[in-house]
Amino acid sequence: MFAADFEYYRAGSVAEAGQLLAAHPGAKLLAGGHSLIPLLKLRLAAPAAVIDIGRIAELRGISADDDGLRIGALTTHAEIAASDAVKEHAAALAEAASQIGDPAVRNRGTIGGNLAHADPASDLPTVLAALGATLTVAGKDGERSVDVGDFFTGVMMTSLGENDLLTAIRVPSAAGRGTAYVKFSHPASRYAVIGVAVALGIGTKGGGWISKIKGEPKETVCTDAAVAIGGLVPKPLRCSGVEAALNDQAPSDETFGAAAAAVTGDLGDDLLGDVFASGDYRKAVAPVYVQRALAAAAERAGQA
Amino acid sequence: MKVPVRITVNGRLIEREVEPRLLLVHFIRVFAELTGTKVGCDTSQCGSCTVLIDGVSAKSCTTLAVQADGADVKTIEGLADGEKLHPLQESFWNKHGLQCGFCTPGMILASHELLRTNASPSDEEIRHGLEGNLCRCTGYQNIVRAVRDAAGAMAAAEE
Repeated sequence: MFAADFEYYRAGSVAEAGQLLAAHPGAKLLAGGHSLIPLLKLRLAAPAAVIDIGRIAELRGISADDDGLRIGALTTHAEIAASDAVKEHAAALAEAASQIGDPAVRNRGTIGGNLAHADPASDLPTVLAALGATLTVAGKDGERSVDVGDFFTGVMMTSLGENDLLTAIRVPSAAGRGTAYVKFSHPASRYAVIGVAVALGIGTKGGGWISKIKGEPKETVCTDAAVAIGGLVPKPLRCSGVEAALNDQAPSDETFGAAAAAVTGDLGDDLLGDVFASGDYRKAVAPVYVQRALAAAAERAGQA
Repeated sequence: MKVPVRITVNGRLIEREVEPRLLLVHFIRVFAELTGTKVGCDTSQCGSCTVLIDGVSAKSCTTLAVQADGADVKTIEGLADGEKLHPLQESFWNKHGLQCGFCTPGMILASHELLRTNASPSDEEIRHGLEGNLCRCTGYQNIVRAVRDAAGAMAAAEE
Protein backbone atom coordinates (compact mmCIF):
# COMPACT_ATOMS: atom_id res chain seq x y z
CA MET A 1 0.00 0.00 0.00
CA PHE A 2 1.18 3.48 -0.79
CA ALA A 3 0.20 6.69 0.92
CA ALA A 4 -1.09 9.58 -1.17
CA ASP A 5 1.71 11.98 -1.96
CA PHE A 6 2.46 14.67 0.59
CA GLU A 7 4.94 17.45 1.18
CA TYR A 8 7.47 16.57 3.87
CA TYR A 9 8.97 18.96 6.41
CA ARG A 10 11.32 18.14 9.24
CA ALA A 11 11.13 20.27 12.39
CA GLY A 12 14.28 20.74 14.47
CA SER A 13 12.53 22.24 17.49
CA VAL A 14 9.09 22.72 19.02
CA ALA A 15 9.16 26.35 17.88
CA GLU A 16 9.94 25.33 14.31
CA ALA A 17 7.17 22.72 14.41
CA GLY A 18 4.78 25.50 15.45
CA GLN A 19 5.87 27.68 12.54
CA LEU A 20 5.45 24.80 10.09
CA LEU A 21 1.99 24.00 11.47
CA ALA A 22 0.96 27.63 11.02
CA ALA A 23 2.33 27.69 7.47
CA HIS A 24 0.64 24.43 6.40
CA PRO A 25 -2.98 24.28 7.56
CA GLY A 26 -4.23 20.69 7.81
CA ALA A 27 -0.73 19.27 8.13
CA LYS A 28 -0.24 16.12 10.19
CA LEU A 29 2.53 15.67 12.75
CA LEU A 30 4.71 12.57 12.40
CA ALA A 31 6.37 11.22 15.55
CA GLY A 32 7.12 7.47 15.48
CA GLY A 33 4.56 7.01 12.73
CA HIS A 34 2.96 3.88 14.12
CA SER A 35 -0.50 5.39 14.17
CA LEU A 36 -0.16 7.88 11.31
CA ILE A 37 1.60 5.72 8.68
CA PRO A 38 -1.06 2.95 8.74
CA LEU A 39 -3.71 5.68 8.30
CA LEU A 40 -1.77 7.19 5.40
CA LYS A 41 -1.31 3.80 3.75
CA LEU A 42 -5.00 2.97 4.03
CA ARG A 43 -5.68 6.52 2.78
CA LEU A 44 -7.93 7.17 5.73
CA ALA A 45 -5.77 10.27 6.03
CA ALA A 46 -4.31 12.16 3.07
CA PRO A 47 -2.81 15.39 4.42
CA ALA A 48 -1.14 17.76 1.97
CA ALA A 49 1.82 18.09 4.34
CA VAL A 50 3.47 15.94 6.99
CA ILE A 51 5.70 17.57 9.60
CA ASP A 52 8.26 15.19 11.06
CA ILE A 53 8.87 15.98 14.73
CA GLY A 54 10.61 12.64 15.35
CA ARG A 55 14.07 14.12 15.79
CA ILE A 56 13.29 16.89 18.29
CA ALA A 57 15.57 15.87 21.17
CA GLU A 58 13.84 18.11 23.73
CA LEU A 59 10.67 16.01 23.38
CA ARG A 60 12.32 12.75 24.41
CA GLY A 61 13.02 11.24 27.81
CA ILE A 62 11.66 10.53 31.26
CA SER A 63 12.43 12.49 34.42
CA ALA A 64 11.11 11.95 37.93
CA ASP A 65 10.83 13.93 41.16
CA ASP A 66 8.82 13.51 44.37
CA ASP A 67 5.64 14.66 42.64
CA GLY A 68 5.83 12.16 39.84
CA LEU A 69 6.94 11.74 36.27
CA ARG A 70 7.48 13.98 33.30
CA ILE A 71 7.50 11.97 30.08
CA GLY A 72 8.47 13.67 26.83
CA ALA A 73 5.98 13.13 24.02
CA LEU A 74 8.53 11.33 21.83
CA THR A 75 9.39 8.73 24.46
CA THR A 76 8.80 5.29 22.99
CA HIS A 77 6.65 2.56 24.49
CA ALA A 78 9.79 0.42 24.88
CA GLU A 79 11.50 3.17 26.89
CA ILE A 80 8.45 3.57 29.15
CA ALA A 81 8.13 -0.18 29.66
CA ALA A 82 11.80 -0.45 30.67
CA SER A 83 11.98 2.68 32.85
CA ASP A 84 12.72 2.13 36.56
CA ALA A 85 11.24 5.56 37.33
CA VAL A 86 7.96 4.64 35.63
CA LYS A 87 7.87 1.29 37.43
CA GLU A 88 8.36 3.07 40.76
CA HIS A 89 5.84 5.89 40.31
CA ALA A 90 3.28 4.39 37.93
CA ALA A 91 3.76 0.64 37.54
CA ALA A 92 0.53 0.30 35.55
CA LEU A 93 1.91 2.64 32.88
CA ALA A 94 4.99 0.46 32.36
CA GLU A 95 2.75 -2.60 32.41
CA ALA A 96 0.46 -1.15 29.73
CA ALA A 97 3.36 0.08 27.56
CA SER A 98 4.87 -3.41 27.63
CA GLN A 99 1.63 -4.82 26.16
CA ILE A 100 1.29 -2.47 23.18
CA GLY A 101 1.61 -4.22 19.82
CA ASP A 102 4.89 -6.13 19.76
CA PRO A 103 8.56 -5.32 20.44
CA ALA A 104 9.24 -3.72 17.03
CA VAL A 105 6.14 -1.54 17.35
CA ARG A 106 7.14 -0.51 20.87
CA ASN A 107 10.60 0.51 19.60
CA ARG A 108 9.07 3.10 17.24
CA GLY A 109 5.68 4.08 18.67
CA THR A 110 5.63 7.08 21.02
CA ILE A 111 3.40 8.06 23.93
CA GLY A 112 2.61 11.45 22.39
CA GLY A 113 1.64 9.97 19.05
CA ASN A 114 -0.45 7.37 20.80
CA LEU A 115 -2.40 9.97 22.81
CA ALA A 116 -2.85 12.44 19.95
CA HIS A 117 -4.17 9.62 17.75
CA ALA A 118 -6.77 8.86 20.47
CA ASP A 119 -7.69 5.39 19.29
CA PRO A 120 -10.36 4.12 21.66
CA ALA A 121 -8.71 0.67 21.58
CA SER A 122 -5.44 2.12 22.81
CA ASP A 123 -3.92 1.30 26.20
CA LEU A 124 -2.14 4.39 27.49
CA PRO A 125 -5.17 6.74 27.54
CA THR A 126 -6.93 4.39 29.96
CA VAL A 127 -3.95 4.23 32.31
CA LEU A 128 -3.41 7.98 32.25
CA ALA A 129 -7.11 8.53 33.00
CA ALA A 130 -6.81 6.39 36.13
CA LEU A 131 -3.57 8.05 37.22
CA GLY A 132 -4.89 11.59 36.67
CA ALA A 133 -2.22 12.70 34.22
CA THR A 134 -1.84 16.25 32.90
CA LEU A 135 -0.79 16.86 29.31
CA THR A 136 1.43 19.75 28.30
CA VAL A 137 0.49 21.32 24.97
CA ALA A 138 2.44 23.93 23.02
CA GLY A 139 0.15 26.13 20.96
CA LYS A 140 -0.03 29.49 19.25
CA ASP A 141 -0.38 31.28 22.57
CA GLY A 142 2.36 29.39 24.39
CA GLU A 143 2.20 26.38 26.63
CA ARG A 144 -0.85 25.13 28.53
CA SER A 145 -1.78 22.17 30.69
CA VAL A 146 -4.74 19.97 29.86
CA ASP A 147 -6.25 17.50 32.32
CA VAL A 148 -6.43 14.03 30.79
CA GLY A 149 -10.19 14.07 31.40
CA ASP A 150 -10.52 17.06 29.06
CA PHE A 151 -8.06 15.85 26.43
CA PHE A 152 -10.05 13.06 24.78
CA THR A 153 -13.31 14.20 23.25
CA GLY A 154 -14.45 11.16 21.25
CA VAL A 155 -13.37 8.37 18.92
CA MET A 156 -9.99 9.51 17.54
CA MET A 157 -10.71 13.06 18.65
CA THR A 158 -8.92 15.27 21.15
CA SER A 159 -9.03 18.86 22.27
CA LEU A 160 -5.78 19.55 20.37
CA GLY A 161 -6.18 22.46 17.96
CA GLU A 162 -4.73 22.82 14.46
CA ASN A 163 -1.57 24.52 15.72
CA ASP A 164 -1.10 22.48 18.88
CA LEU A 165 1.71 20.10 19.66
CA LEU A 166 1.58 17.71 22.62
CA THR A 167 4.99 18.06 24.25
CA ALA A 168 4.93 16.17 27.56
CA ILE A 169 2.85 14.07 29.90
CA ARG A 170 2.95 14.63 33.65
CA VAL A 171 1.92 11.69 35.77
CA PRO A 172 1.45 12.20 39.51
CA SER A 173 3.23 9.56 41.54
CA ALA A 174 1.05 6.65 42.54
CA ALA A 175 3.77 5.36 44.85
CA GLY A 176 2.05 4.12 48.02
CA ARG A 177 -0.92 2.95 45.99
CA GLY A 178 -0.91 -0.24 43.98
CA THR A 179 -1.53 0.20 40.26
CA ALA A 180 -2.33 -2.33 37.56
CA TYR A 181 -3.42 -2.55 33.94
CA VAL A 182 -5.26 -5.63 32.75
CA LYS A 183 -6.28 -6.06 29.17
CA PHE A 184 -8.27 -8.32 26.88
CA SER A 185 -6.12 -8.12 23.74
CA HIS A 186 -7.41 -8.50 20.23
CA PRO A 187 -5.61 -11.69 19.18
CA ALA A 188 -4.15 -10.28 15.94
CA SER A 189 -3.65 -6.55 16.47
CA ARG A 190 -3.05 -6.61 20.27
CA TYR A 191 -5.27 -3.58 20.58
CA ALA A 192 -7.43 -3.51 23.71
CA VAL A 193 -10.86 -5.07 23.31
CA ILE A 194 -11.19 -4.15 26.99
CA GLY A 195 -8.51 -2.42 29.07
CA VAL A 196 -8.82 -1.65 32.77
CA ALA A 197 -6.45 0.53 34.79
CA VAL A 198 -6.59 0.74 38.58
CA ALA A 199 -4.79 2.73 41.27
CA LEU A 200 -5.73 1.59 44.76
CA GLY A 201 -4.55 2.47 48.24
CA ILE A 202 -4.85 0.19 51.25
CA GLY A 203 -5.25 2.06 54.52
CA THR A 204 -6.91 1.74 57.89
CA LYS A 205 -10.16 2.99 59.30
CA GLY A 206 -10.94 3.42 63.00
CA GLY A 207 -8.56 2.66 65.80
CA GLY A 208 -8.94 6.22 67.18
CA TRP A 209 -10.31 6.97 70.66
CA ILE A 210 -13.97 6.98 69.53
CA SER A 211 -13.52 3.51 68.10
CA LYS A 212 -11.87 2.41 71.30
CA ILE A 213 -14.79 3.69 73.40
CA LYS A 214 -17.23 2.00 71.04
CA GLY A 215 -15.12 -1.15 71.08
CA GLU A 216 -14.73 -1.10 67.28
CA PRO A 217 -11.56 -2.70 65.90
CA LYS A 218 -9.17 -1.03 63.47
CA GLU A 219 -10.08 -2.10 59.95
CA THR A 220 -8.04 -2.41 56.77
CA VAL A 221 -9.85 -0.64 53.93
CA CYS A 222 -9.47 0.46 50.31
CA THR A 223 -8.66 4.14 49.85
CA ASP A 224 -8.18 6.60 46.98
CA ALA A 225 -9.51 4.18 44.38
CA ALA A 226 -9.19 5.30 40.77
CA VAL A 227 -10.52 3.00 38.06
CA ALA A 228 -10.65 3.67 34.32
CA ILE A 229 -11.81 1.51 31.43
CA GLY A 230 -11.15 1.70 27.71
CA GLY A 231 -11.49 -0.33 24.54
CA LEU A 232 -15.28 -0.55 24.53
CA VAL A 233 -16.08 3.15 24.98
CA PRO A 234 -15.36 6.12 22.68
CA LYS A 235 -12.85 7.62 25.12
CA PRO A 236 -11.34 6.46 28.41
CA LEU A 237 -13.95 6.41 31.15
CA ARG A 238 -13.44 6.92 34.87
CA CYS A 239 -15.70 4.43 36.66
CA SER A 240 -17.18 6.45 39.54
CA GLY A 241 -19.57 3.65 40.51
CA VAL A 242 -16.73 1.16 40.87
CA GLU A 243 -14.63 3.66 42.80
CA ALA A 244 -17.48 4.44 45.22
CA ALA A 245 -17.99 0.73 45.88
CA LEU A 246 -14.32 0.36 46.89
CA ASN A 247 -13.46 3.26 49.17
CA ASP A 248 -13.74 2.46 52.90
CA GLN A 249 -14.47 -1.20 52.15
CA ALA A 250 -12.28 -4.13 53.14
CA PRO A 251 -9.97 -5.21 50.30
CA SER A 252 -11.56 -8.63 49.78
CA ASP A 253 -12.74 -10.75 46.87
CA GLU A 254 -16.32 -9.91 47.87
CA THR A 255 -15.64 -6.15 47.73
CA PHE A 256 -13.83 -6.42 44.41
CA GLY A 257 -16.58 -8.59 42.93
CA ALA A 258 -19.32 -6.18 43.98
CA ALA A 259 -17.31 -3.14 42.82
CA ALA A 260 -16.51 -4.77 39.49
CA ALA A 261 -20.20 -5.46 38.89
CA ALA A 262 -20.84 -1.72 39.22
CA VAL A 263 -18.89 -1.11 36.00
CA THR A 264 -22.00 -2.07 34.04
CA GLY A 265 -23.73 1.04 35.37
CA ASP A 266 -20.71 3.25 34.65
CA LEU A 267 -20.46 2.08 31.03
CA GLY A 268 -23.86 3.27 29.84
CA ASP A 269 -25.07 2.48 26.33
CA ASP A 270 -22.53 4.19 24.06
CA LEU A 271 -20.46 1.05 23.46
CA LEU A 272 -18.02 0.12 20.71
CA GLY A 273 -18.02 -3.30 19.09
CA ASP A 274 -16.67 -5.02 16.03
CA VAL A 275 -16.90 -8.32 14.20
CA PHE A 276 -14.63 -9.88 16.83
CA ALA A 277 -16.48 -8.71 19.94
CA SER A 278 -19.82 -6.88 20.06
CA GLY A 279 -20.43 -4.00 22.43
CA ASP A 280 -22.88 -6.09 24.47
CA TYR A 281 -20.36 -8.91 24.76
CA ARG A 282 -17.63 -6.52 25.90
CA LYS A 283 -19.98 -5.02 28.48
CA ALA A 284 -20.83 -8.49 29.78
CA VAL A 285 -17.16 -9.43 30.10
CA ALA A 286 -15.95 -6.08 31.49
CA PRO A 287 -16.59 -6.91 35.19
CA VAL A 288 -14.21 -9.88 34.92
CA TYR A 289 -11.38 -7.64 33.81
CA VAL A 290 -12.21 -4.97 36.38
CA GLN A 291 -12.07 -7.58 39.12
CA ARG A 292 -8.72 -8.93 37.89
CA ALA A 293 -7.26 -5.43 37.76
CA LEU A 294 -8.53 -4.66 41.28
CA ALA A 295 -6.99 -7.85 42.66
CA ALA A 296 -3.65 -7.13 40.96
CA ALA A 297 -3.57 -3.51 42.22
CA ALA A 298 -4.50 -4.57 45.76
CA GLU A 299 -1.72 -7.13 45.83
CA ARG A 300 0.80 -4.49 44.79
CA ALA A 301 -0.63 -2.00 47.30
CA GLY A 302 0.05 -4.58 50.00
CA GLN A 303 3.68 -4.69 48.93
CA ALA A 304 4.06 -0.91 48.65
CA MET B 1 8.40 16.99 -3.97
CA LYS B 2 11.33 14.62 -3.64
CA VAL B 3 13.70 14.75 -0.70
CA PRO B 4 17.28 13.51 -0.46
CA VAL B 5 17.96 10.61 1.91
CA ARG B 6 21.19 8.87 2.88
CA ILE B 7 20.72 5.44 4.39
CA THR B 8 23.46 2.94 5.12
CA VAL B 9 22.17 -0.56 4.39
CA ASN B 10 24.41 -3.38 5.60
CA GLY B 11 27.40 -1.06 5.55
CA ARG B 12 26.74 0.37 2.07
CA LEU B 13 25.73 4.04 1.90
CA ILE B 14 22.86 4.60 -0.49
CA GLU B 15 21.84 8.15 -1.46
CA ARG B 16 18.64 8.79 -3.38
CA GLU B 17 16.04 11.47 -3.98
CA VAL B 18 12.80 9.83 -2.85
CA GLU B 19 9.15 10.68 -2.54
CA PRO B 20 8.45 11.24 1.16
CA ARG B 21 5.72 8.57 1.05
CA LEU B 22 8.28 5.90 0.13
CA LEU B 23 8.39 3.18 2.79
CA LEU B 24 11.71 1.98 4.14
CA VAL B 25 10.93 -1.57 2.99
CA HIS B 26 10.63 -0.36 -0.60
CA PHE B 27 13.83 1.66 -0.30
CA ILE B 28 15.58 -1.54 0.79
CA ARG B 29 14.02 -3.76 -1.88
CA VAL B 30 14.17 -1.31 -4.80
CA PHE B 31 17.17 0.95 -4.21
CA ALA B 32 19.39 -1.30 -2.10
CA GLU B 33 18.26 -4.22 -4.29
CA LEU B 34 18.01 -6.50 -1.28
CA THR B 35 14.85 -8.62 -1.39
CA GLY B 36 15.34 -10.64 1.79
CA THR B 37 13.11 -8.16 3.60
CA LYS B 38 9.51 -9.07 2.75
CA VAL B 39 6.24 -7.20 2.54
CA GLY B 40 3.71 -9.54 4.13
CA CYS B 41 0.57 -8.09 5.66
CA ASP B 42 1.62 -4.47 4.97
CA THR B 43 -0.23 -3.46 8.15
CA SER B 44 2.55 -3.85 10.78
CA GLN B 45 1.14 -7.08 12.18
CA CYS B 46 3.04 -9.95 10.52
CA GLY B 47 6.64 -8.82 11.08
CA SER B 48 8.08 -10.17 7.82
CA CYS B 49 9.43 -6.66 7.06
CA THR B 50 11.42 -6.47 10.32
CA VAL B 51 14.86 -4.87 10.03
CA LEU B 52 17.28 -3.26 12.49
CA ILE B 53 17.49 0.54 12.47
CA ASP B 54 20.60 1.63 14.38
CA GLY B 55 20.63 -1.81 15.96
CA VAL B 56 17.02 -1.80 17.13
CA SER B 57 14.20 -3.77 15.49
CA ALA B 58 11.55 -1.96 13.48
CA LYS B 59 8.84 -2.81 10.99
CA SER B 60 10.07 -1.33 7.73
CA CYS B 61 6.57 -1.33 6.19
CA THR B 62 5.53 1.14 8.89
CA THR B 63 8.57 3.37 8.61
CA LEU B 64 9.11 6.00 5.95
CA ALA B 65 12.49 6.06 4.24
CA VAL B 66 12.81 9.72 5.27
CA GLN B 67 12.54 8.65 8.92
CA ALA B 68 15.60 6.43 8.45
CA ASP B 69 17.61 9.23 6.79
CA GLY B 70 21.11 9.09 8.27
CA ALA B 71 20.49 5.74 9.93
CA ASP B 72 22.35 2.47 9.80
CA VAL B 73 19.97 -0.25 8.63
CA LYS B 74 20.69 -3.95 8.84
CA THR B 75 18.71 -6.55 6.91
CA ILE B 76 18.93 -10.34 6.85
CA GLU B 77 21.58 -10.09 4.12
CA GLY B 78 23.85 -8.19 6.50
CA LEU B 79 23.66 -10.54 9.45
CA ALA B 80 26.27 -13.10 8.45
CA ASP B 81 29.97 -12.36 8.91
CA GLY B 82 31.16 -13.05 5.35
CA GLU B 83 30.68 -16.77 4.78
CA LYS B 84 30.11 -17.42 8.47
CA LEU B 85 26.40 -17.47 9.34
CA HIS B 86 25.11 -15.63 12.41
CA PRO B 87 24.32 -18.09 15.26
CA LEU B 88 20.61 -17.36 14.72
CA GLN B 89 20.85 -18.27 11.02
CA GLU B 90 22.81 -21.39 11.95
CA SER B 91 20.24 -22.50 14.53
CA PHE B 92 17.20 -21.78 12.33
CA TRP B 93 18.88 -24.06 9.80
CA ASN B 94 19.85 -26.76 12.30
CA LYS B 95 16.51 -26.82 14.14
CA HIS B 96 14.36 -26.57 10.99
CA GLY B 97 12.96 -23.22 12.15
CA LEU B 98 11.48 -22.58 8.72
CA GLN B 99 9.53 -24.21 5.96
CA CYS B 100 8.59 -21.87 3.13
CA GLY B 101 11.01 -19.24 4.44
CA PHE B 102 8.89 -16.15 3.80
CA CYS B 103 8.72 -15.08 7.45
CA THR B 104 12.28 -16.16 8.25
CA PRO B 105 14.20 -12.90 7.66
CA GLY B 106 11.79 -11.03 9.93
CA MET B 107 11.67 -13.88 12.40
CA ILE B 108 15.46 -13.94 12.69
CA LEU B 109 15.75 -10.17 13.12
CA ALA B 110 12.97 -10.19 15.73
CA SER B 111 14.89 -12.98 17.49
CA HIS B 112 18.01 -10.80 17.26
CA GLU B 113 16.08 -8.04 19.06
CA LEU B 114 14.88 -10.47 21.72
CA LEU B 115 18.40 -11.72 22.45
CA ARG B 116 19.71 -8.13 22.47
CA THR B 117 17.34 -7.29 25.31
CA ASN B 118 17.30 -10.69 27.03
CA ALA B 119 20.30 -12.96 26.46
CA SER B 120 18.79 -16.11 27.96
CA PRO B 121 15.02 -16.03 27.50
CA SER B 122 12.65 -18.75 28.69
CA ASP B 123 10.43 -20.44 26.11
CA GLU B 124 7.57 -18.23 27.25
CA GLU B 125 9.72 -15.11 26.82
CA ILE B 126 10.74 -16.30 23.35
CA ARG B 127 7.09 -16.70 22.36
CA HIS B 128 6.25 -13.29 23.84
CA GLY B 129 9.25 -11.70 22.11
CA LEU B 130 8.18 -13.08 18.74
CA GLU B 131 4.48 -12.25 19.03
CA GLY B 132 4.79 -9.58 16.36
CA ASN B 133 5.92 -12.14 13.77
CA LEU B 134 3.59 -14.59 12.10
CA CYS B 135 4.60 -17.91 10.55
CA ARG B 136 2.00 -19.91 8.68
CA CYS B 137 4.11 -23.08 8.27
CA THR B 138 5.99 -24.25 11.34
CA GLY B 139 3.57 -24.00 14.21
CA TYR B 140 6.39 -22.07 15.93
CA GLN B 141 7.78 -25.09 17.81
CA ASN B 142 10.99 -25.28 15.82
CA ILE B 143 11.36 -21.51 15.77
CA VAL B 144 11.30 -21.45 19.57
CA ARG B 145 13.83 -24.32 19.62
CA ALA B 146 16.05 -22.43 17.17
CA VAL B 147 16.05 -19.26 19.28
CA ARG B 148 16.75 -21.25 22.46
CA ASP B 149 19.61 -23.01 20.65
CA ALA B 150 21.04 -19.72 19.33
CA ALA B 151 20.88 -18.13 22.79
CA GLY B 152 22.92 -21.04 24.13
CA ALA B 153 25.44 -20.85 21.29
CA MET B 154 25.84 -17.07 21.69
CA ALA B 155 26.30 -17.40 25.47
CA ALA B 156 28.90 -20.12 24.92
CA ALA B 157 30.73 -17.94 22.39
CA GLU B 158 30.80 -15.08 24.95
CA GLU B 159 32.62 -17.23 27.52
